[in-house]
Amino acid sequence: MSTSTNPAGEQETATLAVRIWRGGEQGRWAEYRVAARENQTVLDVVTEVQRTHEPSLAYRFACRVGVCGSCAMTVNGQPRWTCRTHVRKVTGSGTLVIEPLRNLPRIKDLVCDLEPFIDTWQKAGATFKGGRTRHEPPHRVDPDSPARKRADAALQCINCAVCYSACDVVHWNRSYVGPAALNRAWTLMNDVRHVKRAETFDRAFGRDGCGSCHSQGNCVRFCPVELNPAGSIAGLKRMAFTGTEIRDDG
Amino acid sequence: MKEQTLFVAQRLSAAVLAPLVIVHVGLILLAVEGGLTAEEILARTRGNVAWAAFYLVFVAAAAVHAPIGMRNILREWTRLDWPAIDSLAALLFVLLLGLGMSAVFAVF
Repeated sequence: MSTSTNPAGEQETATLAVRIWRGGEQGRWAEYRVAARENQTVLDVVTEVQRTHEPSLAYRFACRVGVCGSCAMTVNGQPRWTCRTHVRKVTGSGTLVIEPLRNLPRIKDLVCDLEPFIDTWQKAGATFKGGRTRHEPPHRVDPDSPARKRADAALQCINCAVCYSACDVVHWNRSYVGPAALNRAWTLMNDVRHVKRAETFDRAFGRDGCGSCHSQGNCVRFCPVELNPAGSIAGLKRMAFTGTEIRDDG
Repeated sequence: MKEQTLFVAQRLSAAVLAPLVIVHVGLILLAVEGGLTAEEILARTRGNVAWAAFYLVFVAAAAVHAPIGMRNILREWTRLDWPAIDSLAALLFVLLLGLGMSAVFAVF
């Protein structure tokens, strides 16, 4: 905890001003002060507010170590995974402002409804379909093949919805499936085990699909695990010309 | 029509339009240097198969390219549903093609 000495020689504890959204779509900003620490994440601050000031504050988290993707929120205007975002990185010496993710319905306080985001995965055809039964030998996947390398580069998505929240195209067209679902579809298009590639491609390139992407790159800029969904979408667009990988094996 | 087909058609028509627009703009800059008259234009275009072919390709590419782009803009900026958007895009295609072709043939 940061402390300083005032002119009277008394020890003072530094505090951090926090403004948090309370309520659903209609709500208000509430202001709190918590202890400013040398090392604290945004999720630490939200937890401290809930434990010491506002027991009814609703927020979502699980692993606290950047694996589960549950704790994404809008922090000082930008979508971030709060468990891995240090307060000093986003505020400097100013106020910490926390609200739910953009582009998703607000349920209560910092919790938004992720159902529209999850639905986009179905809409984009991002569902794996294998062609072999348990009685057959599994597919041999060559880790050095170009297709597998393309899939691997896009595979580590934690479904945090940060890219969906950052995407301006989603913001003005909520029917657009968004970067995460299309990134997932791209991994399937490069997966030799997936037998419904033509169907996945048709869905990913359907109305409000990857053709709607403006390549602005907010998804790349804000992806906490440094994936490149815009690159995956560009790959799907290239397939529209080449068509080489668009075939069903099943 | 499939979205994939429209996407490819818009990109290919853009590739066709790019050099044609440069020639078209260059021609305008050259043509207006000594003043622009109807006689001067018609002297260049009457019976000239090369210019007629050039502008027929231009009109066809523009008629394909613009409605697909307008379709995307209508989707993003209006509350129109897909059938209405597709109808407007088809109407724009017919308009651009019809007006463009009639202009080319009028000066041929």
